Amino acid sequence: MSDSIYTNARNVRAGRMALYAVLLLAVLFYLLPLVVMLLTSLKSMADIRAGNLISWPEEFLLDAWVKAWSSACTGVSCEGVGSFFWNSFQITIPAVLISTFLGALNGYVLTKWKFRGSDIFFGLMLFGCFIPFQVVILPMAQTLGWLGLANTTTGLVFVHIVYGMAFTTLFFRNFYVSVPSELVSAAKIDGAGFFTIFWRIILPLSTPIFVVCIIWQFTQVWNDFLFGVVFSGGDTQPITVALNNLVNSSTGVKEYNVDMAAAMIAALPTLVVYVLAGKYFVRGLTAGAVKG
Amino acid sequence: MKTNATSDAAGTLSTRDVLADSSAQGAGSSNLLDLMQRWLPKLVLAPTVMMTLLFIYGYVIWTGVLSLTKSRFLPNYNFVGFAQYEKLLDNDRWSVASLNILIFGGLFILICLFIGVVMAILLDQKIRAEGSIRTVFLYPMALSFIVTGTAWKWILNPGLGLEKLVHDFGYESFQFDWLVNPDMAIYTLVIAAVWQSSGFVMALFLAGLRGVDSSIVKAAQLDGASMPMIYRRIILPHLRPVFFSAFIILSHIAIKSFDLVMALTGGGPGYATDLPATFMYVTTFSRGQIGLGSASAMMMLGVVLAILIPYLYSELRGKNNV
Repeated sequence: MSDSIYTNARNVRAGRMALYAVLLLAVLFYLLPLVVMLLTSLKSMADIRAGNLISWPEEFLLDAWVKAWSSACTGVSCEGVGSFFWNSFQITIPAVLISTFLGALNGYVLTKWKFRGSDIFFGLMLFGCFIPFQVVILPMAQTLGWLGLANTTTGLVFVHIVYGMAFTTLFFRNFYVSVPSELVSAAKIDGAGFFTIFWRIILPLSTPIFVVCIIWQFTQVWNDFLFGVVFSGGDTQPITVALNNLVNSSTGVKEYNVDMAAAMIAALPTLVVYVLAGKYFVRGLTAGAVKG
Repeated sequence: MKTNATSDAAGTLSTRDVLADSSAQGAGSSNLLDLMQRWLPKLVLAPTVMMTLLFIYGYVIWTGVLSLTKSRFLPNYNFVGFAQYEKLLDNDRWSVASLNILIFGGLFILICLFIGVVMAILLDQKIRAEGSIRTVFLYPMALSFIVTGTAWKWILNPGLGLEKLVHDFGYESFQFDWLVNPDMAIYTLVIAAVWQSSGFVMALFLAGLRGVDSSIVKAAQLDGASMPMIYRRIILPHLRPVFFSAFIILSHIAIKSFDLVMALTGGGPGYATDLPATFMYVTTFSRGQIGLGSASAMMMLGVVLAILIPYLYSELRGKNNV
């Protein structure tokens, strides 16, 4: 298509060169922060002061990573971000699995077992995807307090399930709409019940949407900060909150290499998921964002 | 038995009859099964319905109620009408936050849309390694805003960051202190947020471009239209819905922006980079002014609704027309 923009071959080649140059610049812009983080995390503080953002480390050191993991100060405690990293897994895994499974069931009901009011409910729920969470955190904080779940990982799991479900339901509902209803009605005639149809017919078809939904939820829950900072405390904080405490605590000399190592640790799980399953990640992003 | 006989006699067995039967006498196993099958879907959906009504709609109302009270460190229910809203509008910090969301949101949305369209068009020119380039543009979306903020805080560090890098390149007089300059700090938020989200907008537009019917473009080419003209007159107008949804998504990201501010500037210097989301958090949880914080949360909701309702309305109308 682009070939016809230009009339002669030299212009075409110059145009192509310019095109690639612009794209290369853009690639550098997007890569820069990651490269800087990685390089800085592998330097000593003396090295950081002597060099600049993108200077090669004099010597590759893992000291900052070790310190970030096990002895850096995050607010009051000085035990690194390691335990908070595991907190995040403890929060993320159950929250993702439960909200995804409930989303699948909801999507199944909302498409294959519609009843009066189910569409209206879906609309009401969809609306819930859009509200700024600031408008619910205060009542939720009080409710968690009443339930004895304040400052617990269980409480955070609960919150993530409640506010993640609108999205998971949306994903599955939009996927199941395109599953032919004849499959379900044929099975009904054969006497199969609600759950039989779900287990035997619907679930085996659902692998792609499960992947999309799990990746989306994993990224959302892992990267959450607002719920983490409001509903957790002390040693139940997720990694994002610990990272923020580490970076923005004003005690002692600032160790940028440790900050960057901690940021890398916080970023790694989602980056790994993105590298391994980027295709599904993007699909979730577009589906979730456009519709939600 | 009697009802059963009558309906049998009538020859037709409507579902209503079956229901009446089985509830009346708990009759035959097939009836019971039918009843279960009818209620099961509702039963399965019930927890979600309850949660949505309670934790979303109920809580919005609750926050709305709190915004009409004198609540400070703990919620109380001494109603003061709209006094908190009046206080909010008089609050200097809130006016800074509102102005900031306009600057930040406006620039963030415009720049993201611009970069997104341009990059998508460039990437749509049969580029070698398109897949890898796309991967690089999009990976920031996988990161937490806290990570992004931390990284940019270091890059924009007035002493050792970008400034030092440019000095090392030989431009000794270069100064870059936006992060600690109250007038400029808000733009550092724009830089970091654009870095994080523009690749995603690019992906949206690229998908849109791939959806444009190539035969229309070919026809225009045959008619002698130049490529820039084709983009302006044919392709970009086709992408209108993409502009629309990208706008909605971006404004949604902007209004919710909280993590990025906390990590990058902490709302500072002073409160120069406060946004409504950070204002709400600080007011409610650090300064113990729950009533005022709730009022600010309701204002945020109001803005989201003001953007969203026309959008949903036009979406629904569009679907009905098709």
